Amino acid sequence: MKINSPLEVYQYLPQTNCQECGELTCMAFASHLIDRSIKLEDCKPILEDAYKEKYQDLSELMAPEIAEVIIGVGEHAVTVGGDDVLYRHQLTFFNPPAFAVDVWDTMSQSDLIERVTFIKDYKKFYVGRFLTLDMIAIRSVSGDPDTFKHAVTLVMEHTELPLVLCSLDPAVLQAGLEVAAEKKPLLYAATKDNWQDVYDLVVEYNVPVVLFAPDELDTLKSLAITFIENGCKDLILDPGTNPQGRNLRESFENFIMIRRAGIKEGQKEIAFPLMAVPMTAYMTNDDPVSASYWETVLCGVFTVRYGDIMILHSIEPYALLPEMHIKDTVYTDPRTPVKVDSRVYKVGSPDKDSPVFVTTNFALTFYTVESDLASNEINCHLLAVDTDGLGVEAAVAGGQLTGKNIADDFKKSNFDFSDKTSHNIVIIPGLAARLQGDLEDTSGLNVMVGPPDSGRIPGWMEKNWDGK
Amino acid sequence: MTKKITLSKLNGLLKDMEVEALEGVTIEGDIELEMDAIGGLNPQLAYMLGQETAQIAGHLINISQLLGYPVDQLLSKPVNDDKQRMIKPMELNRSTFQVNKMEEWTNEIQEVTLGASSSDGGTRKSIITVGGENALPYYFDSPMPHRNHITMDVFDMPIGMAKAVKSNYEDVMDSPAEWAKKNVNEFGADMVTIHLISTDPNIKDTSAKEAAETVADVLQAVDVPIVIGGSGNPEKDPEVLEKAAEIAQGERVLLASASLNLDYERIANAAKEYGHVVLSWTQLEINAQKELNRKLMKQCNVDREDIIMDPTTAALGYGLDYAYTNMERIRLAGLVGDDELNFPMSSGTTNAWGARESWMIDSPLKEDSDWGPREYRGPIWEIITGLTLALGGNDLFMMMHPASVAVLKEITKSLHGSLARDTVDISNWVTTKV
Ligand code: B12
Ligand code: SF4
Repeated sequence: MKINSPLEVYQYLPQTNCQECGELTCMAFASHLIDRSIKLEDCKPILEDAYKEKYQDLSELMAPEIAEVIIGVGEHAVTVGGDDVLYRHQLTFFNPPAFAVDVWDTMSQSDLIERVTFIKDYKKFYVGRFLTLDMIAIRSVSGDPDTFKHAVTLVMEHTELPLVLCSLDPAVLQAGLEVAAEKKPLLYAATKDNWQDVYDLVVEYNVPVVLFAPDELDTLKSLAITFIENGCKDLILDPGTNPQGRNLRESFENFIMIRRAGIKEGQKEIAFPLMAVPMTAYMTNDDPVSASYWETVLCGVFTVRYGDIMILHSIEPYALLPEMHIKDTVYTDPRTPVKVDSRVYKVGSPDKDSPVFVTTNFALTFYTVESDLASNEINCHLLAVDTDGLGVEAAVAGGQLTGKNIADDFKKSNFDFSDKTSHNIVIIPGLAARLQGDLEDTSGLNVMVGPPDSGRIPGWMEKNWDGK
Repeated sequence: MTKKITLSKLNGLLKDMEVEALEGVTIEGDIELEMDAIGGLNPQLAYMLGQETAQIAGHLINISQLLGYPVDQLLSKPVNDDKQRMIKPMELNRSTFQVNKMEEWTNEIQEVTLGASSSDGGTRKSIITVGGENALPYYFDSPMPHRNHITMDVFDMPIGMAKAVKSNYEDVMDSPAEWAKKNVNEFGADMVTIHLISTDPNIKDTSAKEAAETVADVLQAVDVPIVIGGSGNPEKDPEVLEKAAEIAQGERVLLASASLNLDYERIANAAKEYGHVVLSWTQLEINAQKELNRKLMKQCNVDREDIIMDPTTAALGYGLDYAYTNMERIRLAGLVGDDELNFPMSSGTTNAWGARESWMIDSPLKEDSDWGPREYRGPIWEIITGLTLALGGNDLFMMMHPASVAVLKEITKSLHGSLARDTVDISNWVTTKV
């Protein structure tokens, strides 16, 4: 983004305060453009002919420093890149890195289908949604165009996930494109040896492409400039992911240098999303657990430092879970404490004998608790106390979770215990045990203290709850 | 954009261009043509014509084809799609990549040494220095003078811990000295942390004097630098840490911790009197960290080289986003000149074991995909938690699982550049057989 004050943006807007965008004023719209919570195209008037120039100028000024590249089509399409800052606290990072798990063309048909199905179905619940995998990378190990084409066809029959077609042989890539081009797969890769032929494919099939120049930033930049000058702008850069020792450090440095050049120094010709290939871990570790661990470690390194798309091999849960979580960690928006509405929620279909639980409105806390209850088929009422989006312990320590707050929030939700329950009992989190007396005094309810972790509620219920 | 032009004009235009191939085409009558975005155009022709007339030529070719003139034969490749094609590049546009170092990073992170050898009044055989950075960790701007170090936990009583961790310590749980030895000799710990948790009045209320004896045992058992941790009880900790500091006189241990919710001045004084380093611990709040550091320096007169900070570690998936960004902000602030924040940092990485993903047998959620064996999940949770903070600027890690220690050491040493390993040819990773 070349401008960073709402006032500057305002100069380019129609300045009519027509409110079509849903904002009260053009100025308000401008400030949302700056924090990237709204799109310029949401202002319909600026799309009219009269504002054509201003629209174009502003689009250019507002474009993120790192180009955005879209892979795939339809609802599964993945956007990578688009960052404007080097550190997440300066704004937030956009477009979490896309994780592409590999399959290869020498797999048996049944193995391939099984693996693809696993990848597309993999999910982990977290803060009200499921973390999932993003793409499938198809590697040509055979080197044979027909074999590759067959594998690509098979994968496409079993998933809608976007694809990365991986081979350094243009003939193999072409074979893949012949069946997959319409799905806008990512081509991997153009190198200093094959780039002319890959360029032809990129132009002919109109697909995004990775430029791969391991450990050679001059070559990488030369490739990028050549492609840009010849009309290709959907580029992703792979400076190489060395798996170990000093070479790994070198790869790490390359990622930082490229990203700094793009964001801090505005070097447009290198300001593209970066690809990391943690699966190179498998080129040095023979033992599968070590390889999987090391791949996870590399994935962590390049998720924190500027990888925008990754090729991964391990599908062990102990690799995938931390990988998906570190991605979420680095890419959640630090500006907003994620919270849910403060009110009494119904889990399942509670009746008068069902228990009533208290938790906080911090999204991580709320969804963890709610899903623990729902998944174990515990019908109940659950109050999310307004703690300003803090978890249980932090809110108890900071005074946002008190007996009075809990009683008040039940009232605000019009939850009358004598009407809604037969037992007059409320259950509070184990980590809020010290609020028991306070809550009893302010509410007149019977307060029970639950376990410290909501995952243990089912066991706790068996011992402590007889349905009354 | 649509533009109208007559055929005869076009023909004239092309004659000027000396397009030999089209000479001899005579067109009778004058037809008006609509020109819009070009259809397929052979790149070589476009090249010959130059960009501006390429469109016109394209249309003329189409017309010539309509009129039966064999244009295709004159051109090397038939035009087969309706996308705009550019000139096929023949050569790489050679360029060199260059990027500047960060000029803003002018302020060095304080160097702090832990452990003292006999020449300095202690009995440690290994001495560890942390800090001294002039850049974010592993950045090319300036070499990182010291690698990251790992101190492994020892508790002064058997405690509940995740199964995957416990299995490594069952034989030494009853003896802090043996436990410490195992950490150093078998698991490669750079340092050992003795947590005096039994001193908590709500646990065993072990006296400060008795706790100090445990510290003496540990100092006897190993010759690496040590960290001494209290129980976290703000009333009891000052007394416990004073006694421990006394018995460890001259060893330059790290006293954990001074915090805003206890009498930090007593901890600071104990460190000064017996020659130790203070761990300045705050809870995920950059301003609180500044405040405590300032108080330690200004109010308690602790020397700069005797302070390490612990800005709090939250586990992956449970607040690591806060912990990581807090550390990164603190480090960046230190580098650009904040003298209240440019200290080395320490992380209670063990907190990773609080995350349910690290210890639960399986997901409590039926909808989740299988979580797999927890023996492997726990250690990697600790590794990724530590690694993320290493990248954010953390220097010293307090850890528990031997596998986590080994892997975190390997990756931080690799990034630090102090680990030689064979070069792997990654140029054709695509065909890797696994
Ligand atoms: C992230 C974090 C923060 C973040 C808060 C982010 C947020 N949105 O909540 C920030 C940086 C803002 C923060 C601030 C503070 N924090 Co803080 N923070 C943490 C940290 C690292 C993780 C907390 C977390 O997110 N846990 C995950 C969530 C899901 O857990 P949870 O809400 O407790 O929910 C679980 C259980 O409680 C239970 N549960 C929840 N609801 C229910 C309901 C029922 C019925 C049952 C049975 C169970 C149950 O199950 C849930 C899933 O396991 C912890 C340390 C740790 N534990 O690792 C410290 C910690 C909670 N913080 C602490 C403190 C002291 C503070 C501050 C007061 C620090 C300060 N001096 O400024 C402030 C308070 C801010 C305020 N209130 O104004 C202390 C609390 C000490 C105590 N026990 O009193 C902790 C434990 C750190 C420590 N060891 O000292 N903190
Ligand atoms: S739609 Fe456009 S012109 Fe109308 S108020 Fe919003 S920003 Fe202003």
